[in-house]
Amino acid sequence: MANYSLQDLVEWDARIRDKVVEFGLDCYPQEFELCDHNGMLGYMAYSGMPSHYPHWSYGKAYEKLKTLYDHGVSGLPYEMVINSNPALAYLMRDNTLLLQVLTIAHVYGHNDFFKRNFTFSSTRAEYTIELFKAHALRVRRYVEDPSIGIEKVEHVLDAAHALSLQRRSNLAIRKLSQAEQIERALESARPPEDPFKRIHSPKVYVEPNLRKIPYEPEADILLFIRDHNPFLHEWEKDLLTIVDEESKYFIPMIETKIMNEGWASYWHKRILESLDLDQGMRIEFIVRHNQVVRPIPGQINPYHLGLRIWEDLYRRYTNPTPEEIKRDGKPNKTGEEKIFEAREVERDSSFVRRYLTEELMRDMDLFQYEPRGDDLVVSKVSDEEGWRTVKENLIRNIGMASIPVIKIEDADFGQNRTLYLRHYHDGRDLHLEYAEKTLAYLHRLWGRECILETSVQGKRTLLCFNDRGFSAKAVK
Amino acid sequence: MALVESIFREYRPSDAERSDRSAGDRLRHRQKVRELIRENISDIIAEESIIGKDKDRIIKVPLRGIKEYRFVYGENAPGVGQGDGNSKPGQVVGKAGQEGQGQGPDRAGDRPGVDYYETDVTLEELIEIMFEDLELPDMERRAMREVEAERSTKRKGYRKVGIRVRLDKRRTAKQRIMRKLASRHDERVETGEKQKSRFPFHDDDLKYRHVEAEMKKESNAVVMCIMDTSGSMDTMKKYLARSFFFLLYQFITTRYRNVEIVFIGHHTEASEVTEEEFFHKGESGGTFISSGYLKALEIIRERYHPSLWNIYAFHCSDGDNFDSDNPAALRAAKELADVCNLFGYGEIKPLGSRYYESSMLNVFRRLDAPNFQTVLIERKEDIWPSFKAFLAKEKTQQ
Repeated sequence: MANYSLQDLVEWDARIRDKVVEFGLDCYPQEFELCDHNGMLGYMAYSGMPSHYPHWSYGKAYEKLKTLYDHGVSGLPYEMVINSNPALAYLMRDNTLLLQVLTIAHVYGHNDFFKRNFTFSSTRAEYTIELFKAHALRVRRYVEDPSIGIEKVEHVLDAAHALSLQRRSNLAIRKLSQAEQIERALESARPPEDPFKRIHSPKVYVEPNLRKIPYEPEADILLFIRDHNPFLHEWEKDLLTIVDEESKYFIPMIETKIMNEGWASYWHKRILESLDLDQGMRIEFIVRHNQVVRPIPGQINPYHLGLRIWEDLYRRYTNPTPEEIKRDGKPNKTGEEKIFEAREVERDSSFVRRYLTEELMRDMDLFQYEPRGDDLVVSKVSDEEGWRTVKENLIRNIGMASIPVIKIEDADFGQNRTLYLRHYHDGRDLHLEYAEKTLAYLHRLWGRECILETSVQGKRTLLCFNDRGFSAKAVK
Repeated sequence: MALVESIFREYRPSDAERSDRSAGDRLRHRQKVRELIRENISDIIAEESIIGKDKDRIIKVPLRGIKEYRFVYGENAPGVGQGDGNSKPGQVVGKAGQEGQGQGPDRAGDRPGVDYYETDVTLEELIEIMFEDLELPDMERRAMREVEAERSTKRKGYRKVGIRVRLDKRRTAKQRIMRKLASRHDERVETGEKQKSRFPFHDDDLKYRHVEAEMKKESNAVVMCIMDTSGSMDTMKKYLARSFFFLLYQFITTRYRNVEIVFIGHHTEASEVTEEEFFHKGESGGTFISSGYLKALEIIRERYHPSLWNIYAFHCSDGDNFDSDNPAALRAAKELADVCNLFGYGEIKPLGSRYYESSMLNVFRRLDAPNFQTVLIERKEDIWPSFKAFLAKEKTQQ
């Protein structure tokens, strides 16, 4: 058993909280729960939620995590913290005192980030736990309803899960309603006031086709189906709403993985360095810290990348090199001001784009790899000519950018309620087997033919799924 | 601004033990995996050694996991990684099509992983699924699973060592009395009457009944599995053959105490092999069916004399044989039928496979032995009826 009592944790927590306030972190009230490894696996399988609706995929996640854990392939995280108010964190009770102290400090870093980063402002942290609990109750009710039952519920949930990430990723941008979209379209269709209309031939007013649905391409696929498929039952619509709300809740996590983990690591490091640890704990701290933030060859460790960028950013505003002053001018903010500003207004893609410098990339030896034959081969390294490409590519692989952008273009294609979607191709082809199966799910929810326009090896291709099954054809 | 005091919730083992929140979802997942196993049962049985193995044995079944499909990028999408400080263009950093390029479990939009994992299934469960797949009637199924072994041991003398239950108390007590009587003389002379009250048992007194397994013809059986291992036997054919052999073995085990099994693989020549080799070796080239029979006869001569053993031989083939070998095969089959309790030939021709003009069924029609039976297996539903037809021959013989 561990070498501490609960009272020890409370005392260390008080010392850490003093530091948190001193450094200016702004946190929700915090709750900690001690759990054993089974409890932790359970929380991991359900994304940390104390209450969650049932679905076999969580059973699968649990089995997978447990297998990996039992075989020693992967350890368990030291902690897990969810974005809620009050923030809820789980601590592994078998951890040593130092690990608990480190974890508690780390949790406050996340907590501050949840409260202050702009991406999380849409998540309504006060209601998180209740929201998930309400979802769980509703889904359970449908499962227990004799006229619905588990098979039918799974039928919808399987399909909804497949499409849950096909949605707008920046929730801070307000979505225009259909009426507003039309208003805007009418506005822009009207010819601008021409000061020389006496000598110019008058511009012809082309009336926009206002009957088109959706008026502008629509990225929120689940909600669109919910609102436009008249044959769905109310409970089916509710399931789509539930899945959509959950995925909406998790988007900010996906969008800020690097920043968030980097930020928490940055602060646990500063907080622990400012505490008077005795020598034994100090050494253990250094070992554990390095285990967490070490680079993993061939991969990107978000803890490492995030921490490096935060530290570099702080240094550039506190202690810039002469070359940096020559290039960027004298810093107009202190390092503290700068990092607190960045944690508020950035997300991973913008954070990496703005603050990952060429020097840092070279120092970290970031490279780009591509498949060549059976191997993955380094194609670009962070040298003078390659670093921009590597960086662009990195940005395309983080957060929601790693998910193909697919939008509904027309819900009444060919006047027979065929759903026409377009994949906004950016050089990366879709995985066709996955596309086929996902289209099948889409068809299941929409009930009519679904056509996805994409590009396969440079050729424009239509992937169709209708009652007769899947077909793909190349078009000019 | 001070931060509100944090709340710590102590770990309570009683709560932790009671809550197994994922149990329901795990069960549901498990059911889905079972469905997946059923879909792939023919592949699994064809690959797995099941004949004559312990029922509780756990088999690792590799499965393509139940995938959760999404729209994801394919493999031509480049990725970014971190090197050790001197990465060069052209350096190989991994294998394409392999998962694990920096994807945490909670990372959304992972590339399609090869969701390959192993599930543990007990042999019992696997056999159950196979029975379901072969559509075995439930009554028959139970009969196949229960072993009614009759005791066939006989007493043979006494030993000084043995297990407790076989201690013969009467003889042991007698032994002690004998020893007591033998020692009385000395005792009286040396110590008078003093130790008369106590005379404990000694290890040498103990007598155990000795039991030996009886070698009776009724209790011994050998199953000879003869199979064409030439290249034309594919997975489906092997599955059919293996299920048939398995049923045969199971059936024989329920009726005899001591069952041995012999695998003979043959192409142009035959050899005795292990079960793994039996089902996995694919040899190219032609087929001499007679070679398999001659080998079986040779093994019977050496190890399983018909006076002591009940011999069940079954031969699976796809019916392809060199014409020149047919007379020899017929002769050998006749000879084999003479020594066997039951001898069968199963021709496996999955529907849709090329129909060979030279089916051995026609050849064996000329073999007139009461305990010989040919069956044609075209699809897995045929297995059970043909198995019953095969056994019917024996019943009429008895």
